[in-house]
Amino acid sequence: MDFFTFIKPKNELEASVEGSEQNRPFVPDAMWIKCPGCNTMLLATDMEENLHICTKCGHHFKMSARERIALLTDEGSFQEFDKDLESTNILDFPNYDKKLETAKAKTGEKESVVTGRALMNGIDVVMCVMNPMFIMGSMGTVTGEKITRAFEYATKNSLPIVVCTVSGGARMQEGILSLMQMAKTSGAVKRHSDAGLLYITVLTDPTTGGVTASFAMEGDIIISEPNALIGFAGPRVIEQTIRQKLPKDFQTAEFVLEKGFIDAVVKREDLKKTLVKLLLMHGYTEKEGE
Amino acid sequence: MSAYDKVLAARDAHKLMAVDYISHLFQDSFFECHGDRRFSDDKAVVGGIAMLYDMPITVIGLEKGRNTKERMERNFGSAHPEGYRKALRLMKQAEKFHRPVLCLVDTSGAFCGIGAEERGQGQAIAENLMEMMTLKTPILSILIGEGGSGGALALAVADEVWMLENSVYSVISPEGCASILWKDSTKAPEAAECLKMTAKDLFDLGVIERIVREPKADNQNMFESLKLLISRTFEKNMAMPTDELLNARYNRYRRMGDCSEKENIE
Repeated sequence: MDFFTFIKPKNELEASVEGSEQNRPFVPDAMWIKCPGCNTMLLATDMEENLHICTKCGHHFKMSARERIALLTDEGSFQEFDKDLESTNILDFPNYDKKLETAKAKTGEKESVVTGRALMNGIDVVMCVMNPMFIMGSMGTVTGEKITRAFEYATKNSLPIVVCTVSGGARMQEGILSLMQMAKTSGAVKRHSDAGLLYITVLTDPTTGGVTASFAMEGDIIISEPNALIGFAGPRVIEQTIRQKLPKDFQTAEFVLEKGFIDAVVKREDLKKTLVKLLLMHGYTEKEGE
Repeated sequence: MSAYDKVLAARDAHKLMAVDYISHLFQDSFFECHGDRRFSDDKAVVGGIAMLYDMPITVIGLEKGRNTKERMERNFGSAHPEGYRKALRLMKQAEKFHRPVLCLVDTSGAFCGIGAEERGQGQAIAENLMEMMTLKTPILSILIGEGGSGGALALAVADEVWMLENSVYSVISPEGCASILWKDSTKAPEAAECLKMTAKDLFDLGVIERIVREPKADNQNMFESLKLLISRTFEKNMAMPTDELLNARYNRYRRMGDCSEKENIE
């Protein structure tokens, strides 16, 4: 599989993140990648070994849900939930079947989120990890359903939950039912929270729209990867609405941190140890007999 | 009427707005409460306490304004985070005094702007969704015009959601959908059909409980029957034990997009 095709902006939101054509990462072939942060040409294999982080400037490239699970959980510990649940074209929206087929073929996944239970340095956690390559991590009904089930499972089994978000927002091809997933997931988060359990959100680039306006902003602790785009409206929509250019650092993780909406910006290589530290501080310890 | 005709009717500046419903339904009893107690008073959200016959209730509406001056003041009904926080403050107050909450929704969406992002538009909406899900008092939301995405949903997590016959409710505007999918916003009428955003569509999808006939400004009888309908719903829900009410509210959303026929948990 051509692993690095995803770094090429493929849609409105991603393309608008960098704003102009010359900032788009240019991929001459699968071997080389141009870093949008520092314009350095990077060898694809080096990047992969370096957790998809630029070896020169530290720019965090997107990574798939499976790679992130491998990064954050103990090897072989991940037990996936609902792996066969898949979206269908519930509203008979034109070309949506084809879009789903393409996304499934490209990613090998059935939806934009992977959920399950895993160990993190031996600590038992429930995890939901969104996939940027699956229709931009947009939230359809199955995405909402899987996240809701994961929260309900965590509540029932008194487990903490870690959710890694990356999303363009609600999926318009599923119309009002995708909007309703915002309410549905929020309800499940609230029940988990009311049970006194810990929910940590890890925001990654980009987290926008209906995901920002629901479970992404509902964590007890919200951390973000550096320089991730975090917002409700996408930058292009805002520019069109207010008819002015946005400041360069607007809606970055560092900007959102300064405005008071997240707890910390954490580098990818420090994510696992940060999560483990937080889990331990909330009384979640290594599973006995492991 | 085509779906897009309904969109245009829902946006018609001459139709009745939230403040009109408030004055027709509650006359002089309405006492307006201002401000979110944190930042400012967002005039896109109008809220307060009113008498529904002999029952005090909290009313919160998204208000677009009737003329240019009002529309500027009310930011065309697009609330900032402080608007949603004002709404939540009034809902928490309603919970404290065990008053039911009536929300009147009419907005093209939450405002997209620098200030709105700086003050956490996403966080404000998310908090409303979470808190409304467990607000220990009955909530009824009625879409009286446009229901624009998350900005509408932030006032529409309720025990029942009703729509006026000519209102619409959608995840994205038909123009926005057409311009993203087909790079052509003039294809909005086609997008409106695809999005299934009319009251009838939403009723068929099980997203709303009732379609309400649109009252006319000169026909007070129509408002009286709407008032009676609201009052009966609140009486029924006020009589329910709180746990039962909240379970029903949770399950109302829980079943939307339920894929249980494709059961495969673990």
